[in-house]
Amino acid sequence: MPDAPAIEATGLRKTYGKVEVLRGLDLAVPRGTVHALLGPNGAGKTTTVRILATLTEADAGSARVAGHDLRTERARARRAISLTGQFAALDEMQTGAENLRMMARLTRTHGGARTSRAAARTRAAELLDRFDLADAADRLVRTYSGGMRRRLDLAASLVGQPEVIFLDEPTAGLDPRSRQELWSVVRELSARGTTVFLTTQYLEEADRLADRIAVLHGGELVAEGTSEELKRRVAGQRLDVVLTDPAAYLRLVSQAVYSEPETRTLGFLTDGGAPQVRALLDALDPDGTVIERFSLHTATLDDVFLTLTKPAHQEPSHV
Amino acid sequence: MSDTLIMTGRSVRLSRRNVDALIMAMALPVMLLLIFVYFFGGAINTGTEYVTYVVPGVLLLCAGFGSASTAVAVTEDLKGGVIDRFRSLDIGGTPILAGHVLASTARNLIATALVFALAFAIGFRPSAGPGGWLAAIGLLVAYIAALSWLSATVGLLVKSPEAAGGFTFFVSFLPYPSSAFVPTDTMPSWLQGFAAHQPVTHVIEAVRGLLLGQPVGSTGWVALAWCTGILAASVAASGALFKRRTA
Repeated sequence: MPDAPAIEATGLRKTYGKVEVLRGLDLAVPRGTVHALLGPNGAGKTTTVRILATLTEADAGSARVAGHDLRTERARARRAISLTGQFAALDEMQTGAENLRMMARLTRTHGGARTSRAAARTRAAELLDRFDLADAADRLVRTYSGGMRRRLDLAASLVGQPEVIFLDEPTAGLDPRSRQELWSVVRELSARGTTVFLTTQYLEEADRLADRIAVLHGGELVAEGTSEELKRRVAGQRLDVVLTDPAAYLRLVSQAVYSEPETRTLGFLTDGGAPQVRALLDALDPDGTVIERFSLHTATLDDVFLTLTKPAHQEPSHV
Repeated sequence: MSDTLIMTGRSVRLSRRNVDALIMAMALPVMLLLIFVYFFGGAINTGTEYVTYVVPGVLLLCAGFGSASTAVAVTEDLKGGVIDRFRSLDIGGTPILAGHVLASTARNLIATALVFALAFAIGFRPSAGPGGWLAAIGLLVAYIAALSWLSATVGLLVKSPEAAGGFTFFVSFLPYPSSAFVPTDTMPSWLQGFAAHQPVTHVIEAVRGLLLGQPVGSTGWVALAWCTGILAASVAASGALFKRRTA
């Protein structure tokens, strides 16, 4: 089914013990796009990816990946996808080339045929070149840097030329340079027509890489759209106020989307128009005594994220 | 089947590079043989040359020690993400575990050959014909495979490589309350019952009998039944455990 969406999920639910990790998740990802699943720790990102990558079964709901139903056509789905998880799925005590050759030989083509030894060797060499690892090919993975490891891991997930690739927090723990390198790999994959579904805690990453972003919080999608749409959805501007004393800071901090205790600065979302800003200032400081200065900024994706994933019943902080 | 071969190649490469464990697996049998023959052997009366009596015991003790490292290899696999990658390539638990078990068997057979070579050098004189040798080696292979798969199962049960190491302790001690090093009738009577019926005794008696060209009677079959029983139970249990651990 070449025109089916890359990923289609409806009503995915998963419970571990008494913890409801996913509470009815719907997703639709068109082919050839980069889709980011954004959320704080414990939002259910990894569970979602593991379900979609056939490693975990959902308690309820259905999903199709690359047109294959995950329950009834699991083997076919597996041939069309690959997953790069948070832990490098590599043998430390094998060389980069040995890891890739082994994965290549274990890979079956879409028709189910096996990869020959010679073909596996060629494929491994190709990938090592493409990921700039040819010089390190015969070194044990144990000696690789974090960035090299991540690149090799990604290379290993591409041996079977998957249509859909899942990346679970691909840049967690990488230095800025390795992160940039990984981003360019994702862009290149997408340019070749591969669908990329990635999870991340970094808004910047989602903003830079993804065509569409889904925000996951507490096992549910709380927003979905392009980064521009998401930014517009919340509010256009952020009003930052500097407060005169710590007591005022503590009183107002629970309403803020942004806070900086050192400078007693709090940020609040607004449309940026004079009536709203004036009303907001009055509401925050009815007596006109606690706000020292204010400034207006364009809201960042961070502000959007914090607004959307704010705990529903946040207690005002008491001291 | 060919998945199993690929996974065996992997496990062999991994064990070849685990140099510490490999040296230990080769040095321990040699040291144990020398210790038993020269330190204790003089004080033990078995009715035959002690080296001839003790070789099967040393072989089994070392097979236990060598096989137990399979548990560690399996927990190491589970700790990382590599099992997930294999699963997403549609490789089931059985080829992965079979790879570890076959590599363990190969490792142990090298150690076994080493023990035989040293034993010959210090006076081990078996009198088995080709058939007896074949049967003895076959039984050793069955014992090693059974213990290796059992230890793979343990590897799926425990949570850390350190805990898996504890299993090494258990299987390394199992040959002591048996006829491995001393005849069981020298033990206290409450221990004799266990020593006479536990699987290690049957395997040792059978291997010893076969190597010495003595009639082994039903012992050989009982030993083989123990080995295949342990192997079959381990394969079944590990299949279920693998699914549970990786879900």
